[in-house]
Amino acid sequence: MSAALAFDLLLSTALVWSAWRTITANRLDQAVVMFIVFGLLMTLAWCRLRAPDIALAEAAIGAGLTGALLLDALGALRKAKTARRRQ
Amino acid sequence: MKRAIVIAAALVFGGLLINAIVDLPSSPVNLRIAVADNMAKSGVSHPVTAVLLNFRGYDTLLEIAVLLLALIGLMAAGPMLPPPPNQPADAMLQKLARIATPPVIVVGGYLLWAGAFRPGGAFQAGAVLAAAMVLLHLSGLLSAWNAQLLPLARRVILVGGFVLFLCVSVALLAAGSLLQYPPEQAGLLILLIESGLTLSLAAILAGLFLFLSRDNGGAP
Repeated sequence: MSAALAFDLLLSTALVWSAWRTITANRLDQAVVMFIVFGLLMTLAWCRLRAPDIALAEAAIGAGLTGALLLDALGALRKAKTARRRQ
Repeated sequence: MKRAIVIAAALVFGGLLINAIVDLPSSPVNLRIAVADNMAKSGVSHPVTAVLLNFRGYDTLLEIAVLLLALIGLMAAGPMLPPPPNQPADAMLQKLARIATPPVIVVGGYLLWAGAFRPGGAFQAGAVLAAAMVLLHLSGLLSAWNAQLLPLARRVILVGGFVLFLCVSVALLAAGSLLQYPPEQAGLLILLIESGLTLSLAAILAGLFLFLSRDNGGAP
C-alpha cells in the first residue's frame, strides 16, 4: 500500500469521524470545535483532489469565518444563560 | 426498532445516490478541452478564474447578488438593539491583531492578483480580508455594525462590487452579448471586476459577522 493511499484512507476516515462527532456531540462547544476540525480536514481533502481553489475557499470561509460565527453564537448563548440565571 | 429502520433507509438512499453518480452518462461536451481551447481568449491564464469570471461570469454575477441579498435580509431582520459599546480586550490579543492585520491585507491583495494565473481570486481574497475584520472585532479594535446607522461609505462598498459587475455586463450587453468580453480587454476587465468583488465580499462576509455580533470585544 503506497503512502498516498494510506494518507487518503486516513483522511477520509477522519472526515467521516469528525462529521459524525459534529452531529452527535453532547455539548455545543464540542460540536463547534469538531465542525472547525471537519472544515480543516475538508481543506486537506480538496488539496488531495488537486482543487487548490476550493481548498482556499473552504479554509477561509468554511473553517475560518463560519467557525468564528458559530463560536460567537456560542458565546452569546452562554452570556444569555448566565444573565437569566442571575435574574 | 425505529433507529434500525432509519439507518436502513439512510443506507438504501446512500446506495441509490452512489449508484446514480456511478451511472451518470459521460458528458457529450468535453468541458476540459473546450476551456483549454479558449484560454487564449479569456484574458487570464488560470482555467478556474477563466471559467468563473469569463466563460461562466453569469454565475458569479448571480452569486454576489445572492450574498448581497442575504446580507440585506440579515440587516432587515437582524437584531434591532444597537450593539454594545466596544470594550478593549486583552492587551496581548490586541497587539497580536495589530501585528497580524497588515500581512493579512497583503495576503488578500496577493490572492486577488494571483487569481489571474494560479489558484486564488476574489472570493478567497475577500474571505481573508473579512477574517481580518472579524479578528479586529474580536480583539475590540473594530466595533460591531449597526444596520440603522451604517455610514454611506460602507453601504457603497457593500453594493459596489455587484453594481460594478452589473455595469460592466450592461455595457457589454449594449456592445454585443451579456458578459462576452472583447479578448483584448478581457484581462483588464476581469481584474477590475475582481477588485470590486474582493472589497464587496470582504464587507459582506464581515458584515454577516459584525451585524449579528453582540460580543463587546473580549470583555466577560
